[in-house]
Amino acid sequence: MKFRNALVLIAILAWPFEPASAQLTVQILKGMAESVPIAIVPLAWDGTGAAPYDVAATVQADLERSGRFRPLPRAQLVEQPHAASEVDTADWRMLKVDYVLVGKLSSLPDGRFEVRYELVSVANGERLLGTAVPVDPKALKRASHRVSDAVYEKILGVRGAFATRIAYVAVDGPVTKRSYRLVVSDADGDNERVVFGSPDPIMSPAWSPDGRSIAYVSFHSGLAAIYVQTLSTGAQVQVSARAGINGAPSYSPDGSQLALALSRRDGNVDVYVLTLATQDLKRITDDPAIDTEPSWAPDGRSLYFTSDRAGGPQVYNVGVEPGARPRRITFDGSYNARPRVSPDGRQLAVVTQDRGAFRIGSVDIQRGGLQVLSAGQLDESPSFAPNGADILYTSRVGGRDTLAIVSSDGRVQQQIAAGSGELREAAWSPFLN
Amino acid sequence: MRLLPVLLIVCATLALAGCPKKPTTVPETSGSTATEGSGANTGQGEGQIGQGRDLPGASGSVNGGPAGAATVIYFDFDRSDIRPEYASLINTHAKFLASSSGIKIRVEGHTDERGSREYNIALAERRAQAVRQALMLQGAGDAQLTTVSYGEERPAVAGSDESAYEKNRRVELVYGR
Repeated sequence: MKFRNALVLIAILAWPFEPASAQLTVQILKGMAESVPIAIVPLAWDGTGAAPYDVAATVQADLERSGRFRPLPRAQLVEQPHAASEVDTADWRMLKVDYVLVGKLSSLPDGRFEVRYELVSVANGERLLGTAVPVDPKALKRASHRVSDAVYEKILGVRGAFATRIAYVAVDGPVTKRSYRLVVSDADGDNERVVFGSPDPIMSPAWSPDGRSIAYVSFHSGLAAIYVQTLSTGAQVQVSARAGINGAPSYSPDGSQLALALSRRDGNVDVYVLTLATQDLKRITDDPAIDTEPSWAPDGRSLYFTSDRAGGPQVYNVGVEPGARPRRITFDGSYNARPRVSPDGRQLAVVTQDRGAFRIGSVDIQRGGLQVLSAGQLDESPSFAPNGADILYTSRVGGRDTLAIVSSDGRVQQQIAAGSGELREAAWSPFLN
Repeated sequence: MRLLPVLLIVCATLALAGCPKKPTTVPETSGSTATEGSGANTGQGEGQIGQGRDLPGASGSVNGGPAGAATVIYFDFDRSDIRPEYASLINTHAKFLASSSGIKIRVEGHTDERGSREYNIALAERRAQAVRQALMLQGAGDAQLTTVSYGEERPAVAGSDESAYEKNRRVELVYGR
């Protein structure tokens, strides 16, 4: 949110692994009417000096930002119990909260900390969660996100995705002299790292299924090529620099292959599958139309992709076995592109043209039918959270690209703000260990 | 923080002076991008103009191509067919290339910002290929032409209205690449 120009420029010139300057903030535009009221009590601190980290504040921010919870403001906490046995459900019932989270942070003899937390249902006094985890000092924030994940899952029945990361492209400068950075941050926008920077365009980041690498398109050689970069080491490997375009990489569910779009020498854009270990290249589509933006079905047996073979761009599905024939999936409207499949394989997020605007649409793969989820003028690049609950996308606000999130049922909307520059093409990581 | 306003001024000055829109540095290796990029920052991109070659019949050229000929071809929304008004322009470039086989150009395809980015890369590639093929039909050699598609990544002008969009849906012929 405070993208500071000077630091941004330094980061660009200095190259990979500079910590990025910016902090993003997430703001809820629309929450759920029936969001869950919950009290997050600050954890007791058992150690010397001040507590090293405010676990409860991070959990409070996570749950609030999700739009599914309504945490009681800290100032309204009438009492601060630290164990389930100390929770007086009658008092909390008067405050109209359904759940209370309590706990304690202790310092351990080996230098680590213990995060102990318990979740209590106000309705019946039942203890729903009771966990104690040892945590390295540096991992307290991540451990707090994991507490949020556990609370989210216990109450909503869906695994939380707070302890995940996002990758996106940050763009600065006037149109005549832009600079591009591939950035990875925590899902809440914190802890940013520049993975790669270039004065030439960077596009289409895609996470490997193990969350350790990112495939992306970069023009820094002068022509488009696809690279895979390992996050822990920064090692960058060029995996496709064929004649024509090399675009739209998408990892197979087992991580061994990349689906991609190539135009080769004749300029005909088709979908291919590249086996990373052997460089074996298999053509999947062969049509004079544009076939691009492949995305794997979760079972790894077929690809969804964009094709304008029927005139305008629409989404198709094709098996990866030889001779498979593409089947059209979208029929609503004149423009449906850039499919992304939900983790359960049932829903597609697409870019759809809606009354002259470009918006994020949701397609029920089995039943058909398209629901428009977002409300911007130029929305694009949808990416599912690994739990399928939310879709991260790019929205043009005030003439600049920024990131936004909409729940996959359209009921919650969030906007991620950066102070200057543009953010686009965010990709949500898989669940991380 | 302090650099950026200066860059803005430099760029604005260049634009007013009628300098080329884009310095188009094409680094050979990733290691050289940072330095070439900063060179372009200071407006040294002009050094790329007229590289001292003998260009037959083109002594007055400012871009290395045929004298006085435009180097940008514009397209309709979601289309890649070349409008009839560009036939003679393409013919001029094709003849120029046919008469000077040592000259190479880069055919750069672009779209406006609407729609999906990778689809736009494909659309811009198709535009670049349409121009490449038209040039070859009229005598330019395959080896003289390189295509690159930037999709919507490198707009010529900023803005989200039709007047900006129509300037951004284009193919640029870049000599000396």
